[in-house]
Amino acid sequence: MRKIVCCLALLGVLSALQAAEEHVGTYAEIDIERGARIYFSGCVLCHGPNGDAVPQVQLRSNHFRHAVSDEDLMHVITSGIPGTGMPANNLDGTDQNGIVAFIRNMDQRLSDTTSAGDATRGKLLFEGKGGCLGCHRVNGVGSRTAPDLSEIGLMRTAQALMQKLREPQSLILPINRSIRAVTRNGTVITGRRLNEDTWSVQLIDSKENLVGLQKADLRQYTVLKTTSMPAYKDVLSEAEIADLAGYLLSLKGQN
Amino acid sequence: MRIFTALLLLLPGALWAQSVPVTYDRLLHAAAEPQNWLTYSGSYDSRRFSKLSEINRSNVKSLALKWVYQLESLQKPETSPLVVNGVMYLTQPPNDVVALDARSGRAFWIYQYRPAPGYKVCCGAVNRGLAILGDTLYIGTVDAHLIAIDAKNGRPLWNTTVADYTVGYAITVAPLVIKDKIILGVAGGEYGVRGFIAAYDAKSGSESWRFNTIPAAGEKGIETWEGDSWKHGGGPAWVTGSYDPELNLTYWGIGNPGPDWGPGQREGDNLYTDSVVALNPDTGALQWYFQFTPHDSSDFDSVQVPVLIDALWDGRARKLMAWANRNGFFYMLDRTNGQFLGGHPFVKVNWASGLDANGRPIETPQPAGEPVFPGNQGATNWYSPSYSPRTHLFYVSAWENYSSVLVFAPAEYRAGQAFLGGRAVPPILGAASPSIRVTPINNYTAELGSGAVIALDLTGAPRWKFETTAVTDAGILTTASDLLFTGGREGYFYALDARNGKVLWRAPVGGPISAAPITYELDGRQYVAIAAGHALFAYALEH
Repeated sequence: MRKIVCCLALLGVLSALQAAEEHVGTYAEIDIERGARIYFSGCVLCHGPNGDAVPQVQLRSNHFRHAVSDEDLMHVITSGIPGTGMPANNLDGTDQNGIVAFIRNMDQRLSDTTSAGDATRGKLLFEGKGGCLGCHRVNGVGSRTAPDLSEIGLMRTAQALMQKLREPQSLILPINRSIRAVTRNGTVITGRRLNEDTWSVQLIDSKENLVGLQKADLRQYTVLKTTSMPAYKDVLSEAEIADLAGYLLSLKGQN
Repeated sequence: MRIFTALLLLLPGALWAQSVPVTYDRLLHAAAEPQNWLTYSGSYDSRRFSKLSEINRSNVKSLALKWVYQLESLQKPETSPLVVNGVMYLTQPPNDVVALDARSGRAFWIYQYRPAPGYKVCCGAVNRGLAILGDTLYIGTVDAHLIAIDAKNGRPLWNTTVADYTVGYAITVAPLVIKDKIILGVAGGEYGVRGFIAAYDAKSGSESWRFNTIPAAGEKGIETWEGDSWKHGGGPAWVTGSYDPELNLTYWGIGNPGPDWGPGQREGDNLYTDSVVALNPDTGALQWYFQFTPHDSSDFDSVQVPVLIDALWDGRARKLMAWANRNGFFYMLDRTNGQFLGGHPFVKVNWASGLDANGRPIETPQPAGEPVFPGNQGATNWYSPSYSPRTHLFYVSAWENYSSVLVFAPAEYRAGQAFLGGRAVPPILGAASPSIRVTPINNYTAELGSGAVIALDLTGAPRWKFETTAVTDAGILTTASDLLFTGGREGYFYALDARNGKVLWRAPVGGPISAAPITYELDGRQYVAIAAGHALFAYALEH
């Protein structure tokens, strides 16, 4: 039986087709993710997980009392609304963009479970047949060699997750690419790139060691263009992929 | 008593240096006193080139840290310090001023300024530096004031309101002193301001003249704006200009039109956005202009430092202006009249296929959803370039292989709110592109953009290139010993051989460099100083 090498680089695997579709008239995924993190760490306390906890404000459906445009939203976020509970927030432009991007996509993020399957069954697949914990980690369980998925449900839609499970090779976030380094004495080091500059690279190796390398000390340094994560269309049924996506969507962090 | 005083003056490294006010004449000849650094770019021609040569290609490897001054600010320092007779003056973001002993980094005094709450700066509460005339320092503030400060004790002398910060005006630029006037421009291009450059009397702070970078109804150039769109047309000027005393012209780069990504809301060429303007420094009268990016849709501010070069062009001596623009093209202009002499891309460009005989871009608009090269932050930006009269090369910090997908959305102007007209997103969904935000982790990697120092000859032909993994916001300094000092986001400060780009020395500074280096000399020892992370570092050779 083929051993499933599960480097489920879900954070890093993306669909080029989807990229082209989602760009037109929409927001950068990176901004949406940043906004989701900020929302669920702060705004959620008043606005609630569905964005409907403040009377007459439905963030999820973009029904606001004091804003129409994105610029209005930024103004409300940074200046607050006097006489209400909405405070002024000292956020830089990137974080402002993020919150606006998340709010504009909140409904899609929270409701895009149409094609996702059963999270309970998906969890069994994740921990069993899928072999995902061999590379990924969720809430403190599993390997750290591939990206931690504890908050993946905040960051990805069901459609995107399923596409990535089927075709992980289609696109990988550049930073998550695996690297292969050979030192002057012939030692081979493989791992996932965490950071890089002109003269050095920082990675987590296959034994979960945090390793810093000086490029001048290496005989060979290669950034791999392929991922070792299997294409699950060859491993799981469509129904199972949907269930797995359902589980991943349910992962929204422990806090 | 007299003997005591005389002895102190003879001592190298005396606790006080001879006090000589920085006259306009000294500013005119700043390059002739390389022991000091008297203006933002070191001299009116803005070459950021020093005649100092003690540190050279042979001994630079033994360059050592002499002192560090930790800034009391977590904002990004973009400051280029001044050095006058052994005293270093620098800004601590947003708008504090610090006077240091340039030998030791110990502070003489600190002027603390608290800007009005609610000031608006799109991209960080930054400040690029000071100007000095006589014994007075000048700083522009993020709440749009110009303040004169006594260079001896840090006391404010006058405080002039330049513009209304509540609608989005701010000052981040280091002012430029010409004769008896303090000249500066405003920021606010992301808030739909109407930009301007203005001059203030050095003694009183009263406004002497104002050049509006966007023409009003009835003025020449208004025909390049559709309807009332000029009223919120942007055109800030947030990088220090240059000056040619013979021509009596000061040159300033003008920023993006407003809304940034809303070209459909402002049909026309949108003068004088994304242009260089040549002004009479006595009156503010426009002598000529050259527009790099008419009807901009990519936020291609032309707020680069104008570099003035006197050289042969087509066999005859000409007064030139070299300009590596945010739009990806390198230009050579005749600075007497703004005539376009030549221009070529210095990075990958796909928004235009080239420049026509007048220097106007031959545009090649990309389909919706497709990446535009260079991306929103441009091929370069405010990062000071350098020109060495020894190598005859122009050096620029560039972003290579970098693109953005532009998304347009109509914007309605509301005073004091962002007026953007869309946004720029990374070409790979879910990935981070390099952006104005600087973090210790390079999560975009070279696949979405990388950095380089590019050496161009005066025709724009690349002579050499030093490539870095991360993009760079650092300025460049060159010296008479053919050294080039720069750094970048990766947290290193380094010296290259200005003739071939070879790395000769490198030091970790533990944080990104978004400022430009300077050099000065004290007691016969050459120093090189750079702001990095949240500190100012000074290096010299071990003696």
